[in-house]
Amino acid sequence: MEGKTGDFRVRLRKKPRYVREDKCTGCNTCTEYCPVQYPDEFNQDISNNKAIHIYYSQAIPLITYIDENCLYLKEEKCRICEAVCKNEAIDFNQTEEIMEINVGAVILAPGYEEFDPKIRADFGAGRYDNVITSMDYERLTDSTGPYEGQILRPSDLKPPQKVAWIQCVGSRQVNPPGANSYCSSVCCTYTQKQVILTKEHDPETECTVFHNDIRSFGKDFERFFQRAEELPDVRFIRSYVSVTGKDPETENVIIKYTTPEEGVKEEEFDLVVLSVGLNPPPDVEGLAKKFGLELNDHGFCKTNPVNPMETSRPGFYVSGAFQGPLDIPETVVTASGAGSQCGELLSYRKGDLSVERVYPPEMDVSLEEPRIGVFVCHCGANIGRVVNVPSAVDYALTLPNVVYAQEQLFSCATNCAEEITEMIKEQDLNRVIVAACSPRTLEMLFRDTLREAGLNQYYYEMANIREHCSWVHPRQKDEATQKAKDIIRMAVARAHHLEPLMEIDLPVDKKALVVGGGIAGMTCALSIAEHGHHVYLVEKETELGGTARQVYETLEGLDVQTFLNDLIKKIYRHPLIHVYTGAEITGTAGYIGNFTTKIQSARGNTEVKHGATVIATGADVYTPTEYLYDEDNRVMTQLELEEKIATEDKMIAGAKTVVMIQCVGCRNEDRNYCSRICCNESVKNALNLKEKNPEMDVYILYRDMRTYGYNEDYYREAAGKGVVFIRYEPEQEPQLEPAEEEGRTVIKVTLPDYVLQKNIELDADIIALAAAVIPSAGTREVENLFKVGLNPDGFFKEAHVKLRPVEFAAEGVYLCGIAHYPKMISETISQAYGAAGRVLALLSNDIITASGAICEVDKNKCVTCGACIDACAYGAIEFEETDEAGLKAAVNPVLCKGDGLCNAVCPTGAIQLKHFTDEELLSQIDAAVPEEEAAEKKETAV
Amino acid sequence: MAGVSRLQYTTEIRLIRVMCSGRVDLAHLFRAFSNGMDGVFIGGCRLKECNYITHGNFHALNLVLLSKRIMKHIGLNPDRLRIEFMSSGEGNFFAKVVDDFVDTVSKAGPLGISEGLNPETLRLNLKAVYRLVPYIRLVESERLRGHFETLEQFEAFYAGEEFERLFKELIADKLAISQITALLQGKPLSTGEISEALGLSPSDISKHLNNSARQGLVKYDEEEKRFALA
Repeated sequence: MEGKTGDFRVRLRKKPRYVREDKCTGCNTCTEYCPVQYPDEFNQDISNNKAIHIYYSQAIPLITYIDENCLYLKEEKCRICEAVCKNEAIDFNQTEEIMEINVGAVILAPGYEEFDPKIRADFGAGRYDNVITSMDYERLTDSTGPYEGQILRPSDLKPPQKVAWIQCVGSRQVNPPGANSYCSSVCCTYTQKQVILTKEHDPETECTVFHNDIRSFGKDFERFFQRAEELPDVRFIRSYVSVTGKDPETENVIIKYTTPEEGVKEEEFDLVVLSVGLNPPPDVEGLAKKFGLELNDHGFCKTNPVNPMETSRPGFYVSGAFQGPLDIPETVVTASGAGSQCGELLSYRKGDLSVERVYPPEMDVSLEEPRIGVFVCHCGANIGRVVNVPSAVDYALTLPNVVYAQEQLFSCATNCAEEITEMIKEQDLNRVIVAACSPRTLEMLFRDTLREAGLNQYYYEMANIREHCSWVHPRQKDEATQKAKDIIRMAVARAHHLEPLMEIDLPVDKKALVVGGGIAGMTCALSIAEHGHHVYLVEKETELGGTARQVYETLEGLDVQTFLNDLIKKIYRHPLIHVYTGAEITGTAGYIGNFTTKIQSARGNTEVKHGATVIATGADVYTPTEYLYDEDNRVMTQLELEEKIATEDKMIAGAKTVVMIQCVGCRNEDRNYCSRICCNESVKNALNLKEKNPEMDVYILYRDMRTYGYNEDYYREAAGKGVVFIRYEPEQEPQLEPAEEEGRTVIKVTLPDYVLQKNIELDADIIALAAAVIPSAGTREVENLFKVGLNPDGFFKEAHVKLRPVEFAAEGVYLCGIAHYPKMISETISQAYGAAGRVLALLSNDIITASGAICEVDKNKCVTCGACIDACAYGAIEFEETDEAGLKAAVNPVLCKGDGLCNAVCPTGAIQLKHFTDEELLSQIDAAVPEEEAAEKKETAV
Repeated sequence: MAGVSRLQYTTEIRLIRVMCSGRVDLAHLFRAFSNGMDGVFIGGCRLKECNYITHGNFHALNLVLLSKRIMKHIGLNPDRLRIEFMSSGEGNFFAKVVDDFVDTVSKAGPLGISEGLNPETLRLNLKAVYRLVPYIRLVESERLRGHFETLEQFEAFYAGEEFERLFKELIADKLAISQITALLQGKPLSTGEISEALGLSPSDISKHLNNSARQGLVKYDEEEKRFALA
């Protein structure tokens, strides 16, 4: 790798896969015939795989490769795969290729490796058969796993009836060496998921989780934990454990643990799962050296504290768990954010390499009699050896309006697709059916084939005779052939009714509106503007900054106010960012790519047009009603304490004892969620107090310490410096009472100590409450204005928790920051870049295309009942005044997503989902009837 | 995933693709039964895990539970209709439930005959339902639909008295009239003949005939002493 930012030359070595990517169709015949069996790495070596195989069932590309276990590669024997491959895709002459590419920026996404407990034989790993890792267990629960989703334990391949999980294996540990001091962040929740899956699998299985703190700090995680905990025969036990041995006969594993009620106990389990943590990726030092990057103390990539995607080298960005333990949504966020930042760097030459595709003009065949062509694919042997393909072709030719039919070895191969294009022209086909595989895999390709031939792409129909037929009925050749004919007959019936549909091109207004001028909104606005788009930044307060204005320092020691002022300056100096402070949004209308919003602000009233909207409206801090907060000025929130520490308030200087109480106003019935940041905030303030006055007694009263990720180190540091952590249960929360103690006026705090089994009393000068983060006051207003959703706790709800974490279900509207859920400043910044990335993916297009398969109203049939409007959660249908017939339902084609609920509720069939009309579906239902039966029923049909 | 994982299941099922289980409607189900299909299966996403934001699978659940009640009303075994909720990854679950469903339907035997319905009655009954589809859609979305959170709540609602009352009030009578007019399309018939053909009591038939006569749907032919379509 050479060069500089914006112009790197990268040499890549591509190992031979011995399979030609342009020829392999992923049919897997070679895998079947391959004689070499060896442990399957993807399935944790639990089951076997072949030397030629597809890595896993969702792999991209979904084709095979040959690995080093191949007999031919080792001993020049065999070559069976070459003989059975009908598409001549096997190529043993392939050699290693060296490629040189020229790039402007690099994204590193090497991921992580799970901690290997066998190295230290933790909890009997490697010693006892029935001690496995959580990743082993994950594979066992998967339907494409070693036993096709059956959970079987290693020693006797029987389903375990009693399973134990041990948490924090390899995490949160400094002694003995070999493990990681940080918290791996994801294990508590993945274990809960595994418990739920286990119980769904077999409700009788007893599940026990031995844990330290339960760290359910993510969005909706608290409820998820409760869901797992409340299942019958599920126990969560807070205890350190040791594996003391196994039963030599049953191979059951014996675990020793302690409970307050029963003391030390030994119990046998059929299977023990070690919830292993996350390690840096393999050979991370080599990787760092190769790219000239620095690593942090834990061996992950060193990143900028205020920009977790930025590495120590310009032009290099990190996406995913290479920056440290992250869960899936956070990983997706950083991926989008890293993309956005590469774009900032390279925006000056955006689009230079893209080529526009040109299709021949589309013929209008809508008035012609259907001329249907049917292409039946052998898929190598995949279809052909089960379904009698020639007889299916003959049969197709007997069907009405089928003017042409042929078989093909691989319809998807380039030459066969070209053949289809030619036949369309030669035979004047105006409907095309390919009887092959699932539309999910190849419908797009064949639609394209039709466009190449000048036909509307919606004249294409796929008959799935592989996934729905040959693959699932391999041993019933006659029945499968009959079924394939039925499937083709149904497709032909449907093809008669297919209509040419137009996809709608809409121009995109390449400007963005960002609502909220805190760190999230500003970071997002800046990134969008850096790509050359105008941004309207709207803030309801008179100054930018948001909640961060009250934060002085992060746990890592970043000076927040300096950072914030710097950011605000950048915003005001950017020529493309238009700031509206003291502002209110009075109305907004439109749809993705074309919004209009009215803003009332200090600058007067204005109306702006924009293609995308970002909601970054932040959150509020809960005002406690408990713990004497409104009665006694010695009781304050952590934010107030932080301010007093930063401004060197004399109250702090005089204090001997500070007691901090966690989880005030959340993790309760009213707010059933964890505010995520408070444990870290309290540790930060505790460390700062200890720094100023090491003699001060600082107590943190907590339920679970949730200092996840690297913050665990600060928790350990605080404990090391004498901060006392005392756990309390919500049923017996600390009691506060003002008192006089040896002439000193204090607040007396009383709570039970579960370790010592008695009450303890603390005399505090200051009480600091970790008050909950709550949805901001204006949330409901934003919800109504922008038609976006909220989760049960009142935070904004993303389109998909894992895969679309910064988008709303309403298209063209995005979210970031603590409006989404409480989070750290660095996480807010990640998410802001992530949202910017999604906005830019939209704004980089000149047009967006709406699908043709959407709903349409026949005004003559519409009776204005409104059933369709009620059914449409997208708000795509409205009544519209018509000239002739008054009010009638009308569909906004941009908002319609084509689910067709409206179609099913319309009493008169006036609204129809195009491409899935009643006519089309009923024709398939009618054609599903076996032919001989159909003949009998003809006169009796209704 | 059943296909990709090559799980083997029954060959007795033909699949029709819709983008959302909520797209399936009453007409589709009863058209299939009218065509002589012995069973209809609907596969939808897991409840509350909607691929869209519309939760159309709850619509489908409503439809199925209502349709089962209609089937029972016209003498068909409601087990011939089933809905199951699954994710696209749960191929093994799909294979299992489809096998189980086909097994159930096979045991139930051929449509109609196994329920002791003669083919003509079956045809008339299904025709009567099919003709009523627009009406049922309307009352379904306005009056009969349950709005609940869980499968159990839905099932409880459709098994409850409130639903039974609404069903009688909104659908049963309409259906009877639809059955009678469907029957009379063939030829004029006496009350007794109608009662026999439809398996309803003569007094009920009289009541419906009087109502229909008042609405101008049927008339009494004095000479023939039979009812005919108006």
